[in-house]
Amino acid sequence: MHNAHRCGAVAVALLLVAAACGGDDKATTGTTKAAPAQKQIGAGEGAVSILAWPYYAEDGTQDPNYDWVSKFETDTGCQARVKYFGTSDEAFTLFGTGDYDVVSASGDSSLRSVASGDAAPINTDLLTNYDDLAPFLKEQAWNSVDGTVYGVPHGWGANVLQYRTDVVSPAPDSWAALFDPNSPYAGKIAAYDSPIYIADAAVYLMATKPKLGIKNPYALDDTQFKAAVDLLKQQNGHLSEYWSDYVAYEDNYRAGSTVMGTSWQVIANTLQADKPPTPVDSVLPKEGSTAWSDNWMVHSKAQHPNCAYEWLNYITSPDVQAEVATTFGEAPANLKACDSIAEHCQTYHADDKAYYDQLHYWTTPTKKCLDGRTDVECKDYSEWVAAWTEIKG
Amino acid sequence: MGRRLDGDQGLTRTARQRAARFVSSHRGIRLGGLLAGPLLWIVGAYIGALIALLVTSLYHNETTGLLTQMVTEPGLDNYRTVVDSPVYRDVALRTVGAALAVTAIDLAIALPVAFYMAKVASTRSRRRLVIAVTMPLWAGYLVKGYAWRAMLNPESGLIKEVVGATPGYGLWGTITTLSYLWLPYMVIPIYAGLDRLPNSLLEASTDLGGTAGRTFRSVVLPLLLPSIVAGSIFTFSLSLGDFYVNRIFGGTTQFIGNNIYSNFGVNLPLAAAYATVPVLIMAAYLLLARATGALKEL
Repeated sequence: MHNAHRCGAVAVALLLVAAACGGDDKATTGTTKAAPAQKQIGAGEGAVSILAWPYYAEDGTQDPNYDWVSKFETDTGCQARVKYFGTSDEAFTLFGTGDYDVVSASGDSSLRSVASGDAAPINTDLLTNYDDLAPFLKEQAWNSVDGTVYGVPHGWGANVLQYRTDVVSPAPDSWAALFDPNSPYAGKIAAYDSPIYIADAAVYLMATKPKLGIKNPYALDDTQFKAAVDLLKQQNGHLSEYWSDYVAYEDNYRAGSTVMGTSWQVIANTLQADKPPTPVDSVLPKEGSTAWSDNWMVHSKAQHPNCAYEWLNYITSPDVQAEVATTFGEAPANLKACDSIAEHCQTYHADDKAYYDQLHYWTTPTKKCLDGRTDVECKDYSEWVAAWTEIKG
Repeated sequence: MGRRLDGDQGLTRTARQRAARFVSSHRGIRLGGLLAGPLLWIVGAYIGALIALLVTSLYHNETTGLLTQMVTEPGLDNYRTVVDSPVYRDVALRTVGAALAVTAIDLAIALPVAFYMAKVASTRSRRRLVIAVTMPLWAGYLVKGYAWRAMLNPESGLIKEVVGATPGYGLWGTITTLSYLWLPYMVIPIYAGLDRLPNSLLEASTDLGGTAGRTFRSVVLPLLLPSIVAGSIFTFSLSLGDFYVNRIFGGTTQFIGNNIYSNFGVNLPLAAAYATVPVLIMAAYLLLARATGALKEL
């Protein structure tokens, strides 16, 4: 009798569960076709969710001197929720969740977001500053597909070699400093924790092993790829860390547990602004460098599309561009920003197309070689990811 | 409310009464309604997620141009990768090794501490000690992680300055920090186990000429084993699944969790296949624990 009751109870509970489960089958899967671009900017939704590289959307909480988000909130009534990411893979994954309205995407995630249907086409007629952006940044391979614009240029710059000036002597001028197994600083050297770092090894090999014939560090065939991976595996032995958490990375320079590594200009700027200043400096090594050219993208299913466009217009406006560019240490996309920061623009070659063209911007490697070779197959990004796992061990 | 009842008279009301009477006279339905919520949670959120993980691990990614898509065609390729490539095996062994080390360190610290709490301290200070041991759980995991990062710094950390040497970063830093984080989960079950152990047994052993060591080995340890295993389940499983401490301490080494994290965005099926490794390890661990009777202590 007792048992019969218990069985009945379980049966009823299971039935209710089944009924409840049956309800959520509505969610559709599969890729969605890109929606048409927005026609106008309507009334703001009161909020916007921003996914950005560190320091791109500062609201003064980290450093009261860095604050351009508060003004945006007052001007537009859109409350900004900001999430920072450390690598492009993280950006791509997080943007794919659909929880974010806009993202500052680098070239190695932007086209993937377009291909996956997460990025919405952008109606440039709605952008108040689009005409003032540097022409060589607009409608390029990493922000537009078949004439449709998906990304609004934000700024660009090179990855730099950073070192403690009180420890590393003489000052390095070559990436060799990070790859030398007999370095006196072995055990205190850091590399960036992302598969895209393989390209940094390729840049170094372009200069030091011309026989490999690397033309583009993102277009590596079997032999070239293997050479880069081997170089990185050997580098692993004398590294202190692979970094992707910029806060922890900055701390390691303060403490001296890392004295040299690949870095962003903004990290050097932040350390130099410490009180007392942390003695670091940065250099663009003679071999050239990998670089980023970032674009703001809007999600195809953005919950706050109007506030998203408000953000695009705000973040590309001259004053804000000047502020972000000096904070981050990059060239602003909006050349009108240079009116107030002429010296900065000159240092970072903001309107210098020739300089721009010699850097190697992060992009997603594909089987079809990006350097135009058709006689070989190149390693695509999934193989870069697998190799990166092997390198880290 | 009153108005609604008025408007609800007639058919609806009798129907409702009839339904209430039906439910109250059938125990099974009553109990079933009560259990449906929690059961939905367990079946849907817990077991459902695990099934989704297993199913995903059988798929694979295909890349055409820029677009990587998951192909829902079942196969065992991901498991082959996980088993065949040495890097996945090394990472798994390193993680299990670290989890065992954390468990051993926590046990070594927790045994004397719990013994003092349960058998030596006065009733009043015992209560205070329990609070003291569990107090770190009030602070956030990340706060504690970053605090340890500062303390363990190989150049200028507190530990280096006070002790003269530091585990530094890398694997040892990770193990040290994890040991700190999960210590309360080891102390509390052992304390509870010792608390239940009658003092008369210890006295009897001493009366019969047993030394402290002999008493511990022959009386305390056998009775305490289930509590120790219960504590070790926490420290072992929490260490096995951790990735953030390793991310900020790990230097150049990675744990299972870091590998899953970095594959998550770019190769979900492979990440899912690798995620079954800790599940299997934990299943084996729990089966072993069940044999000792420790699961009754949880």
